[in-house]
Parts: sequence; C-alpha cells; structure tokens
Amino acid sequence: MATADRILTDEMIAAIEAYFPRYPTRQAVTLPALHVVNERLRYVPLEAVVEIGELLGLAPAEVQDTLSFYGFFKQDKPHGETRAWVCRSISCALRGGEEILDHLCHVAGVRPGQTTADGKLTIEFAECLGACDYAPCMLAGKALLKNLTKESADEFLAEVKRGASANGKKS
Amino acid sequence: MPKFEPVLLANVGKPNSHTLKVYEGQGGYRALKKVLAESTPSGFLEAVKSTNLRGRGGAGFPTGLKWSFLPKDHLGPIYMCINADESEPGTFNNRILMEEDPHQILEGVILSCFATRATTAYIYIRYEYPLSYDRMHSAIDECYAAGYLGKKILGRDFSLDIFMHRGAAAYICGEETGLIESLEGKRAWPRIKPPFPAVEGVFHKPTVVNNIETVCCVTQIAARGVEWFKSIGVPSDPKNPRDPGSYGPKLYCLSGHVNKPGCYEAPLGITCRQLIDEFGGGVWKGRKAKAAIPGGISMGLLTEAEFDTPLDFSGPGKVGCLGLGTAAVVVLDETVSIVDFLHNSCRFFAHESCGQCTPCREGTAWSLSMLERIKAGRGRLRDLDLLLEIGDTIGIMPGTTICGLADGAAWPIKNAIRKFRAEFEGYIKRTNPRGYMMTDAVEALPVVGAH
Repeated sequence: MATADRILTDEMIAAIEAYFPRYPTRQAVTLPALHVVNERLRYVPLEAVVEIGELLGLAPAEVQDTLSFYGFFKQDKPHGETRAWVCRSISCALRGGEEILDHLCHVAGVRPGQTTADGKLTIEFAECLGACDYAPCMLAGKALLKNLTKESADEFLAEVKRGASANGKKS
Repeated sequence: MPKFEPVLLANVGKPNSHTLKVYEGQGGYRALKKVLAESTPSGFLEAVKSTNLRGRGGAGFPTGLKWSFLPKDHLGPIYMCINADESEPGTFNNRILMEEDPHQILEGVILSCFATRATTAYIYIRYEYPLSYDRMHSAIDECYAAGYLGKKILGRDFSLDIFMHRGAAAYICGEETGLIESLEGKRAWPRIKPPFPAVEGVFHKPTVVNNIETVCCVTQIAARGVEWFKSIGVPSDPKNPRDPGSYGPKLYCLSGHVNKPGCYEAPLGITCRQLIDEFGGGVWKGRKAKAAIPGGISMGLLTEAEFDTPLDFSGPGKVGCLGLGTAAVVVLDETVSIVDFLHNSCRFFAHESCGQCTPCREGTAWSLSMLERIKAGRGRLRDLDLLLEIGDTIGIMPGTTICGLADGAAWPIKNAIRKFRAEFEGYIKRTNPRGYMMTDAVEALPVVGAH
C-alpha cells in the first residue's frame, strides 16, 4: 500500500514495531499500538484498526474487539486538544466533584464525553483517578489538577481557551 | 509500644526521591546485592513465605505461598506481572510509591523475580497515572544502566527484563486474570479458575501477579529481615490454624470528610478511629462521622459505632464488611445521605462491570436503575428488598460470577441497606408519599450515560 493511502505514518509504524521484542505474541502489542495511534491522532478510526491488524497479524475484528472493550479510544472523530477527566467517584463526590463536573460542562457548553465546538477541549467523567488526597480532582492531559474549586475550574477553562492548555508537565 | 517509624514511605517527600542516586544514598539496592550474593531463589522464597506477608492489592493472599504454587523445575519462561492498575475508589498508595519511590518498587520486583525465577516482568499500570508512568520508566532505564536489570545481574546467573504496559481506563484490569487477558491484547475478561495463573497465566506460562505495595514489602523484608516484619502487626489467631495473621506495615489511604486526607503508614491492626483521629486530624468542619468505607468502596461500610474495628485482614469482616481490601478509608460525615452514597457506589460498579457474567452485568445495571428511580422520588419500600436480593445473589461467594467485582458491588448495597435501613425507608416515604407502598412492576428511568 502506498504511504499516501495509509493512515498510520512510518513514525507510528516504527513506534508500534518497537514494542514487538517485549512480548512473545504480536497480539499483546494491541493496547500499545492503540495508544501510539491515539496519542498522535487523538482517535483510532476504523482504517487504523485495519492497519494495526495487518501489522500484528490479526483480523481487524480482533483489534476492534479489544478496542471496543475499553471505552477509551474514540472512533468517530478526534477528542479535543486537551482531554480532561473529572473524577466522580466517592472521595471526590464527597468534596464536590460532581458539582465541578456539572460546572465545567455548563460553562463549556458540552455534556460529558463531548468536545467543545472549537475542538480545544473534551470533558469526560472519570471513575476514581487515584488522587483522593487531592479531591476533587481532574486529569487534564498529563496534568493532575488538585483540590478543584469553581474558580480554579474557570481558570482551567480560560487557559484551554487561550491555547495554553494543561497538557504540560505541571502536576 | 514505641512510636512506629514509616518504612515504606521513608523516602517519600525527600527531594528527588525518585532518582537512583537518592535511593542508593538511602541504602537502596543493598538488600538486592546481599540476597543475590548470599541466598538462592528457593532460600529467599522460603524467607518471604515465613513472614506470612499477605498481598496488599485487596485479596490478602499470602505472597510466599502464591510463589510456591509455581511448578518446580519448569523450563520457563515464568512471568511476573506487577499490578499497578490501582483503581479501587479511595485508593492511591501505589500512585504515591510509583511517583516518589519507584526504585523501592523495582528492587522488590527484581527480588521477587529472583525468588520465582521469572525472567520477564510486566508492570501493568493504569492510564490515569502519567507521572507514575514517566517516573517508573526513568527508574527502569536507570536500573539497566546500573546493571540491576538485563543479562547476568550483579554477576549472577540471573537475567531480567522489566517492561511497562499501560491500560486504558478499565477497573476490571486490576483483577489478576483480567489483567492477564488485557496484557495479552484481549478484552479484560477474567478467566475461570483453575487453572490458576501460577500454573497457566500470561501467554500460557506460569505467572505470578503481585501488587506494587506487596513488592515494596519484599524489599523491606530483604533489607530488615523476617523477624523485623513479624514484629509488626497482628499475630495469627492461635485458635485458627489457617489464619496467616496480619503482619507488617500497611499503607492506609485516608480521604473524604477528614481534615488531613493522605496516605499514612501504620502497623496492620490500627483501628479506623485511630486512623481518622491520629492521622487524619479528625472529621472535617467539626462534624461527626456517620460511616466510613474500610478498604475501598467494594468493602462496604462501617457505621460510626464500628470505628473501633481494627483494620487488619480479619477485622472488617467481623462487622459484616467484605474485608480489608486496599485499606483505603473514606469517611462520610453526618450530612451525607446514605442514598447518595449507595447511588455513587452502584453507578461505579454499573460502569465498571465487564459484562461477562450475566448476574453482575444485569445486577449492577439494575441496582443503578433502582437507585436513580429512588433518587427521583419514585422509590418503593419493596425496592430495598429487590436491591438486597441483588446484593445477596451476585458474586463469587454466592457462586454466580467468575470474579470478585460483583462481590464488591454487592457489599455496599448489603451494608448500606442493612445498616441504614431506617434512613432509606424514611427517604422513600418522604419523597414518594403516595407510592412508597406500591409493589407492582414499574418502568426504569433512563440512566444518563456518557463515554
């Protein structure tokens, strides 16, 4: 297949193949491969599923079977530049996590799982983020935002809007 | 008793505690060198077995015994899987260890692989821990450079590779055979046992699955000895020859309505009340506590009157909870509606049930539907009995599911309704004054979904 027809770039293929020596089977590279694609495209369209299957020697249905289990990989369109997970489990809920999720969704004009019209932000609910000592909390890209208030949630939204999103190393 | 000095958390909070230089400066990897120089795999395995160390991930199975189930003289490879898919609501001790002290973990992994003759270890880490992932990754690189990983470690005939493997936000991957299936690239559907992983685990090979905190205990046992470990905690019950006791230090995660949430280290057996008062600075806002989760939400609820329960492996079970679980205590103050608590719990399990076993898939979904209806002011007293019927019939214990997720879903239902029934009845009567006595079938309200 010519490069132009593929959705996986040479760089992605190399990144996926780098996982091969770590496992005795190719199928074990399924999740790493899905992450490689998702980190770059922010979704894993069906074309990518087919091409991952070719790389791993699997039927597309085998890759899709695994992918669809997790509910983590979007397939219809990319998630926003920042993907924010707001915890709704018990420790955060006891300290106002659900109100923060409602507030963020209300201000951003989306429902959980949706992306803002400008494509900058996807807001999701999360089950326990494992940061209950900082409840209520949110994981935005790689940044853990701790002890959220409506004010700090607003600041976060303003940062995302400015494009200075929280994908960096801040923790 | 002399004041207990933290051991597992000793390095946490020190500058650059995650680096090899600082870890070695604190005496790190000395235990590994000693064991590799002076012991044999079976000798070290027996030493760990003799401590009665019990797995810290939730089930509390004796670690050395688990290792000893591996077939003798197997041609290999034998695999070690480290469970860092910490997702039990209220639990965050693995995150702190991975972020702040990854080398204590890796030393324990290397020691555990030496004992079990495993030649490859996979650390299955949840996706939601990006900083932990980066820190563990860097620490592994440092270990290869220093000769603690790779071929012929420290000159011994012992080779080991450790790889990080990231999950994708699914609670069930913390179940050991769900983890194995996920690692193999499949849906994380737990396996029917037997065969147990020690006989046939990942890639059809003998496999041990151990938790992050467990392998840190292995590091400390190697460094401080069997006697030290057995001097801490609660001894075996002499009247029960099968009780392995609750030895060693434990990381307790404290969150919810306390003044100082955090991860605290204490000898196994501290009571819930001591933990809240002595470590957590008491219940917040000067309020009283109403209840607490004793060890992650799966374990059920302690009422305030049960707070003197010791948090060891057999304590919570004596007051009707499922067990110690992950030792994550979540405090609910007196203002919390127990209906809201149970709704939150049911929502979690309905979302995280993997869908493989019908009683769990349907039971968790219907319990959430009922709680949604109760919260919408259309509850009936009969619903409480229906919920209890679900609670009493889903899980490994009643024998209807493959894994323990359903037991974890059932316990909060059973504990909340049996321990707080009057509050549920009062809520239902108050919010549905005309319909609370109805018993005929009603339609479920649509559950608001996402994802």
